[in-house]
Amino acid sequence: MSLLTVDGLSKQFGGLKAVNDVSFVIEPGRVHSIIGPNGAGKTTLLNLLNGIYAPSEGRIAFDGHTLNGAPPHEFAAAGIARTFQNLQIFFNMSALENVLVGGHLRARRGLAGALLRLPGRVADERAYRDAALELMRFVGVEAYAAAPADALPYGALKRLEIARALAARPRLLLLDEPAAGLNPTETAAIDELIKRLVASGITVILVEHNMRLVMGVSDHIVVLDYGKKLAEGTAAEVRADARVIEAYLGAAQAEA
Amino acid sequence: MSAELTQFLLTGITIGAIYALVALGFSIIYNASQVINFAQGEFVMIGGMTTVSLVDGGMPLPLAIALAVVVAAAVGLLLEKLAIERARGASVVTLIIITIGASIFLRGLAQLVWDKNFHALRPFTGSTPIAVFGATILPQSLWVLGVTVLIVAALGWFFGRTLLGKGMLATSHNRLAAELVGVRVKGMLLLAFGLSAALGAIAGILTAPITITSYDVGVMLGLKGFAAAILGGLGSGVGAVAGGLALGILESLGAGFVSSAYKDVIAFVIILAVLFFRPSGLFARRSAERV
Amino acid sequence: MTVWPRLAQARTGGLAVLVLVIALLPLALTNNFYYEVAIQVGLNAIVCVGLNLLIGYAGQISLGHAGFYALSAYTSAILTSRFGWPPGAALVVAIGSAGLVAYVVGRPILRLKGHYLAMATLGLGIIISIVIATEDRITGGPDGMAVPPLALLGFPLAGERVWYWVVGVMLVVAVWLALNLIDSPVGRALRALHGSEVAAQVAGVDPRRYKVMAFVISAVFAAVAGSLTAHYAGFITPAKATFLHSIELVTMVVLGGMASTFGAVVGAAVLTTMPQVLTALKDYEMMVFGAVLMLTMIFLPRGLVPTIGAAFARWRK
Repeated sequence: MSLLTVDGLSKQFGGLKAVNDVSFVIEPGRVHSIIGPNGAGKTTLLNLLNGIYAPSEGRIAFDGHTLNGAPPHEFAAAGIARTFQNLQIFFNMSALENVLVGGHLRARRGLAGALLRLPGRVADERAYRDAALELMRFVGVEAYAAAPADALPYGALKRLEIARALAARPRLLLLDEPAAGLNPTETAAIDELIKRLVASGITVILVEHNMRLVMGVSDHIVVLDYGKKLAEGTAAEVRADARVIEAYLGAAQAEA
Repeated sequence: MSAELTQFLLTGITIGAIYALVALGFSIIYNASQVINFAQGEFVMIGGMTTVSLVDGGMPLPLAIALAVVVAAAVGLLLEKLAIERARGASVVTLIIITIGASIFLRGLAQLVWDKNFHALRPFTGSTPIAVFGATILPQSLWVLGVTVLIVAALGWFFGRTLLGKGMLATSHNRLAAELVGVRVKGMLLLAFGLSAALGAIAGILTAPITITSYDVGVMLGLKGFAAAILGGLGSGVGAVAGGLALGILESLGAGFVSSAYKDVIAFVIILAVLFFRPSGLFARRSAERV
Repeated sequence: MTVWPRLAQARTGGLAVLVLVIALLPLALTNNFYYEVAIQVGLNAIVCVGLNLLIGYAGQISLGHAGFYALSAYTSAILTSRFGWPPGAALVVAIGSAGLVAYVVGRPILRLKGHYLAMATLGLGIIISIVIATEDRITGGPDGMAVPPLALLGFPLAGERVWYWVVGVMLVVAVWLALNLIDSPVGRALRALHGSEVAAQVAGVDPRRYKVMAFVISAVFAAVAGSLTAHYAGFITPAKATFLHSIELVTMVVLGGMASTFGAVVGAAVLTTMPQVLTALKDYEMMVFGAVLMLTMIFLPRGLVPTIGAAFARWRK
């Protein structure tokens, strides 16, 4: 049984079809990567997969439910979380509070209880904080718990976003270039983190430029080029595909 | 078209032209600094009041007007230099409060320099109404319309054709990029405040013979100018002019056909309705949010 | 874990200081005029604590909150003096109706962002103030109208000294509610919208719902202060409904320090007392007031309390 089905998905911006008739299936418990040259439509596709953009055409079904046109918070409620290529940190809050927001849907959200700090809420808060700290430990940023978010170094912010996404206890996690801007040691740690995520039962969709990372962790790869799906398959299959080599790997090698 | 309707439209276009000039001032400063300058109305007041007192002191009108525009522009430059520039990096809301402080300060200053009374400026060229399509228009209204058309044309040329104007536009689109290609961003900010202040002053001088001026005349005109700029779409020159004219005509028709007490209510209800359907105004600059 | 107790300390510590100040202040209030100013500070502070939830925490501007303040004040006044309602019942209905109006208009208006939202709320406030000033058969028009005194459990509330304690208690309650809210999942959702709306949405926060919630809460705080003011003063005029009053309220919040509940209280205190002090300057009053406002915001752009708080934290290190 597939977790996410994308069927004939398109997104048009004015005259430009950023995503053009893309279909694929995401299997649970695996790492799926979306790769492609710059401007291939990877981030647009990711934005479609959690409702930041509404598709111009096509269908997104998560766990059997159609989510087309739903706002992002409904995608979140369905169990899809994500991180951002350009960090979207709540810089007006502490690092710990960033993770607490990630657990928004799991928390008791009644207004009266919050205003009056009804009995039980104090214990709740303690439980939320313990859970958030646990996640910060999991991604390796627990040392920054009390720090204001804007005091964290870049690498830690990338991990903080992952901890925040995990706080929702998602079934599907979209990672948008988690290794961008990181050094090889930090990238290796992200590689290891993704493997631990999958081991804990989370399905991952990874958009990433670092081919070593992608080829190492992915069970399944979708290749985009000019908004269209060029190929898909395992790392070995994709690597052997002549069209992919021409459109993407060739270009990447030329860049390198 | 009935004479009554023509009359209301003529009145509306005249007051709308004034709003358009004030709205242009808002838009120019907004483009340069993302700041809504709540002291914009005070430039209008300074223009009108300075001209009145210079003329009362015996100066010929054209010279008084020129001097008043220079005075207002100088105040605009000082505001940028002494306040806005020093607060760089502060949040937009903080900057807005600074301009509110400036507006209170300038009103206080005007009370001292002048007084709390109303003052009238003599119309530029007589006050015999001219008949148009069964309605009448004051010669001063023709001055308002003519000067507004000239200014809009001049601004269009300035922003579309000159290097300086293009530099200002570039600064508004991307400050860093403009700086990198050699635009002096600081100078642009200064220029924006000077230009806006001059525009405000001209509006104040043009309208002084029609509406009478006083130390706090800028409060309401500033507010209307802001409303016009928003209605048209903040940062858009065409929007500021269209928003100003639309607001003026709405008010005039509302006052004429419905109730003069409720003319502002009618205008604001319509602005709210427009924003409901076009959340960034009539001539919004479209830009997709990137994540 | 060190995070949790420290946060708890800031909360209870601040609240204790506020209670202490309110309890000891009467020692310095040597005449009725001082009491009047203190009461006015308290009433404005209640509005600002609520408005700060909207502006400082949720990051949404409103230049129309004097509208809610006046709406509630006039509803109280009209129900009690024109229809003979008991003041207590009128108070509840007045505050409820201001909240309802905020909810109904908040839903469409809060789709707007930044300066467009500022304009829309400004327009809303102006509409309310014009209606109040124009419908003189009900509201008394520009001349204002009288309001009967409020009674609590059968005891009429009269005199500055009684009102001082009523307002003091209300302010403590308002601050306590705001502090509770901020450190709850609801409050964090509001702050997250300010930090990054898209990230908040992706975390499951429905922006519309929470923005409207903050708008309604802040309107209710303003309404409470509005109705209390009407009963305390015994008379209201449309001056309190004008957009200048709205801007004054926002200025208090920003001057005290956005996203600081105690900052809102300090901002209200400073801007309410300053004009009283400055009246000695007569003609120079307005100019000096404007200059002080500008200078404070230029040199302390984050507002009084956060700037002083940061300086204090550095000093302790």
